[in-house]
Amino acid sequence: MRTIAIKMLFGDTAKFYGILLGLSFATLLIAQQASIFVGLMSRTYALIEETPQADLWVTDPTMQFVDDTKPMQVTALQRVRSVDGVGWAVPLFKGLLVAKLPSGTRQICDVVGVDDASLIGVPARMVKGDVSVLRKPDTIIIETRGARSRLAQPINPADPSGPKRPIEIGEELELNERRAVIGGIAETKPTFQNVPTIYTTYSRAIGFAPANRRTLSMILVKAADGASITELRDRIARETGLAVYTPHDFAWTTIRYWMTQTGIPINFGIAIVLGFLVGVAIAGQMFYNFTLDNLKYFGAMKAMGATTPRLLELVALQGAVAGVLGLGIGLGVTSIVGLAIPGDKLAFKMTWHIPVIAAAAVIFIVVASSLLSMRRVVKLDPSEVFQG
Amino acid sequence: MSEPTNSIVCSEVFKTFGVGDSMVRALRGVNLEVRFGEMMALVGPSGCGKTTLISILAGLLQRDEGAMSVLGTDPSALSNHERTLWRGENVGFIFQQFNLIPQVSILENVAVPLLLRRHPKRDAFDRAAKLLEEVGLKGRESTRPSKLSGGQQQRVAIARALVTGPRLLVCDEPTSALDGATGQKVMALIRELTAAAERVVIVVTHDERIYHFADRIAHLDDGRVTHVSTPAEALAESAARMSDAAQRH
Repeated sequence: MRTIAIKMLFGDTAKFYGILLGLSFATLLIAQQASIFVGLMSRTYALIEETPQADLWVTDPTMQFVDDTKPMQVTALQRVRSVDGVGWAVPLFKGLLVAKLPSGTRQICDVVGVDDASLIGVPARMVKGDVSVLRKPDTIIIETRGARSRLAQPINPADPSGPKRPIEIGEELELNERRAVIGGIAETKPTFQNVPTIYTTYSRAIGFAPANRRTLSMILVKAADGASITELRDRIARETGLAVYTPHDFAWTTIRYWMTQTGIPINFGIAIVLGFLVGVAIAGQMFYNFTLDNLKYFGAMKAMGATTPRLLELVALQGAVAGVLGLGIGLGVTSIVGLAIPGDKLAFKMTWHIPVIAAAAVIFIVVASSLLSMRRVVKLDPSEVFQG
Repeated sequence: MSEPTNSIVCSEVFKTFGVGDSMVRALRGVNLEVRFGEMMALVGPSGCGKTTLISILAGLLQRDEGAMSVLGTDPSALSNHERTLWRGENVGFIFQQFNLIPQVSILENVAVPLLLRRHPKRDAFDRAAKLLEEVGLKGRESTRPSKLSGGQQQRVAIARALVTGPRLLVCDEPTSALDGATGQKVMALIRELTAAAERVVIVVTHDERIYHFADRIAHLDDGRVTHVSTPAEALAESAARMSDAAQRH
């Protein structure tokens, strides 16, 4: 009988495709918008993910998120290093600087200055060159997306607006009137600001930056062997008065800032709610109408001895089949769109939570419309089959 | 103890719908006896209570008052659930509009009453195929109902009604959606397939052309069985009424 119930669903082609379209579209909107939202949020803490060596991040207490650099006095580094349980502590500079490109155009870049000695903070995945090039004078490392896009140079220098080529190793930029030579190109995770990131040494970075009494953006800390990270975090905070985060906490502090201080969640939330409403409006109504259309057959079945639970089982099965197919198609299309569009153009990250949320939404739509439909089936008077 | 000769006994059966101003007395004391092996036609003007009566006999509705026995049971005394199961085991239905599921094959349509009762699938389809053969639709098993003529669809409905082997077959205007010749064939088929001593057939109809298939005809008017006649008597009465009406005009 289940096969017949499913054939009834598939056989009403117009309604079946309507239900499927509604559920797929709702899933697509919910999953895609949620994935883009998660993708965008994950970009806000890309620097933390690119620096896995640090157990703790030390910042000015007023700093609200990763890009909200509030420089500290350089003495903060020594104070942190003096705390018991610190294995090592290295400085990190982070700031937005204007770079003058070989073509003469100017481009804002995110400059990250890493510890001169250890070079901790330089991306691990070098595409061209080697991390050690930073030991050469005036050298910088750029990342692939920036090299291909905003730092790209015209193929014909005489035609700056013509076709472009990626900027290459050996080419020079000017950062605050100072020469910077590209020594390497690294693969990095996209950032929220989506401006090219330049990596160099800490001392060189503060040389590029406008003169400032405070230059220390953050301090990266590794706990000594055997030291508890949470205890060390609390101890550094207590002894220095600075803010100290584990990478996880720092990432969530950053996400919370974007969630609470910007309109991003509301915008995505509206799109997700709209997707859900589209699902309810189209799929829910279509499924309800589908059941209404079949009410006379359900009535005949009831007359022929089908119990109400048996009929509800059939309606639930039809709803479940439509739900699974709609969810599958919606998630499939979402994944294809996410995979087809390059990461530098679309911030897309589908975590396991997103299919679960989309499934929950689809289940709600299907269950709600099935319950409405079932209500009609339960109330159905089998003697109505004789009404012609 | 011998088998009772009457399969259906109704004594002073009443049924009312609604309350207050909207109250309708559909049955006002129906008395009726139908014997095993008999085909009984219920005839009468629209609104006389025919549909209400077969609904009560088939266990689709409950009577308000009176006494009743259908195949040895009073379906109105059963709970809703028990009545549903009783219908599944004992009653076959042939509807005016066939009510065949359009999205599935006629074989599946015929097997529906068995599958609804979780009958083994293979046996259900075997029995459905056998009945389709009996109604002359062998080789058309995988056809959808919409590909068949009205008469063929009603044959499928007959096969579906008989697939569970019911002892009571209830036919609601089985020929009203068919032309005259097809209606005769369909009734002949119903008569042929239900000619068993332990089975009883109730046919609600307005169609005088099929009166002769019935063994007896119960005339209903204003919620009561006014009298029971033979088909010949019923046709004679009808002819007399027509003649009176013609003379008045």
